[in-house]
Amino acid sequence: MASQKAPLAAQMIDVNKWYNEYHALRSINLEVTRGERIVVCGPSGSGKSTMIRCINQLEQHNSGTIAVNGVTLTGDIKQLNAIRQDVGMVFQHFNLFPHLTVLENCVIAPMTVRKTPRKEAEEMAMSYLSRIHIAEQARKFPSQLSGGQQQRVAIARSLCMQPTLMLFDEPTSALDPEMVHEVLETMVSLARDGMTMVVVTHEMGFARKVADRVIFMDRGEICESAPPEEFFKAPKNERARVFLSQLIH
Amino acid sequence: MDLINTFFNWEVLVRAFPILLRGLGYTLMLGCVTIVIGTTAGLLLCLVRLYAIRPIQLLAIVYIDVFRALPILVLLILVYYALPFVGIRFDSFTSATLALSMVLAAFTAEVCRAGIQNVPKGQFEAAASLGMPFWQSMRKIILPQAIKVIIPPLTSNSISVFKDTALASVVAMPDLLKQANDAQAMMANPTPLVGAALIYLAILWPMVRLVGYLEARNQRATTR
Ligand SMILES: Nc1ncnc2c1ncn2[C@@H]1O[C@H](COP(=O)(O)OP(=O)(O)OP(=O)(O)O)[C@@H](O)[C@H]1O
Ligand SMILES: [Mg+2]
Repeated sequence: MASQKAPLAAQMIDVNKWYNEYHALRSINLEVTRGERIVVCGPSGSGKSTMIRCINQLEQHNSGTIAVNGVTLTGDIKQLNAIRQDVGMVFQHFNLFPHLTVLENCVIAPMTVRKTPRKEAEEMAMSYLSRIHIAEQARKFPSQLSGGQQQRVAIARSLCMQPTLMLFDEPTSALDPEMVHEVLETMVSLARDGMTMVVVTHEMGFARKVADRVIFMDRGEICESAPPEEFFKAPKNERARVFLSQLIH
Repeated sequence: MDLINTFFNWEVLVRAFPILLRGLGYTLMLGCVTIVIGTTAGLLLCLVRLYAIRPIQLLAIVYIDVFRALPILVLLILVYYALPFVGIRFDSFTSATLALSMVLAAFTAEVCRAGIQNVPKGQFEAAASLGMPFWQSMRKIILPQAIKVIIPPLTSNSISVFKDTALASVVAMPDLLKQANDAQAMMANPTPLVGAALIYLAILWPMVRLVGYLEARNQRATTR
């Protein structure tokens, strides 16, 4: 029976969101299964950020149901904090803590939230940092690193909470072109390790390589959801076709 | 020569010095207690102002407005001379501490608010997305970043309130100014007043310089 399967990593049912009068999300239905990699694309202002930010409630939805790992969000702050511990988020502008070293950035949440002892937290942080080739920079401050390095540290910081789901909001679009690659590589290796990921990005190469499904959004709606081969070859949706043709040019 | 004998009479100053020192003790105590209480209360007030539920926020706003507008002297006299009519009686030290702290808290709250609002929204979001509860993200992420902006105006406010401790002499607290004034009357010579002024200067001038230094440092940090 379908209902006996492991709970979905995230589920949105008929979710609507308004910013004042503006209808930013229109009846969004989304299921993210365990281990699935979803790439979300669409024109600016189509609601991509709003949608993934609703999953960890950085934005609150106005109607509909959102569940994470089978737990329906109630708005209770304790419940929300518990859920957020399991849902990592990577931001366009990194949002590293500038007053803390790279290592401190990585251990602060495990230590304060999960009560991991410092030694253990640091060991875990160092193992993630060495995986992204930043171990030597652990004692530096974020401002001393390049953009690409900062974004990789931001990914490591999220991973240190050992999340079951990772959300990425245009993780490479604030980077200089030559640094995009190193961040995408980190994300690809994360995908290879089986991490469940929802990635808002316009890096279609990345989508082709790792996505199980590409979702196209426009005007607050999910217009199309298809495996990358289908989506790129022949999008069914007219607006998606226009969008893709603009990306290529 | 007459002028020096009148305003800088060494003999008078030597005799008045122990009296001034006792006054200085009260002034320092009042100043320090006020700064500690007022600053702490101000930070809490600011958090209420920013994050409490709406009706309580409004109360905080009203409080901050009122106590920024009310002259400290008026408040002090109300506390010391008016409250006894409803049976609330404070000694002069408590009255002064109360009045000064209440005002300092209001000013501090505004300074802290500016400092916290100066921290980019992404920092709050990053802390929240890691599951850090409100108080922890305040303490570990937001306040440490806000503090750099907050410190110079906070020090500046502390200087102001320290100067305002002299108002306590109005409610008969034997602070530096009151003691100097009494000594002046007793010795029929204004030298103790001049001595008091010099003591105020000796304490506050370095503080004023410190604020200037901190502001310049922040300026450099932001223009870099
Ligand atoms: N805090 C807000 N207040 C009011 N309107 C907002 C707010 N945040 C987003 N919006 C509006 O909601 C719509 C969707 O925004 P969203 O950021 O989700 O789009 P997006 O698809 O992520 O776009 P982009 O590619 O530019 O990041 C936009 O029209 C935007 O102007
Ligand atoms: Mg966006």
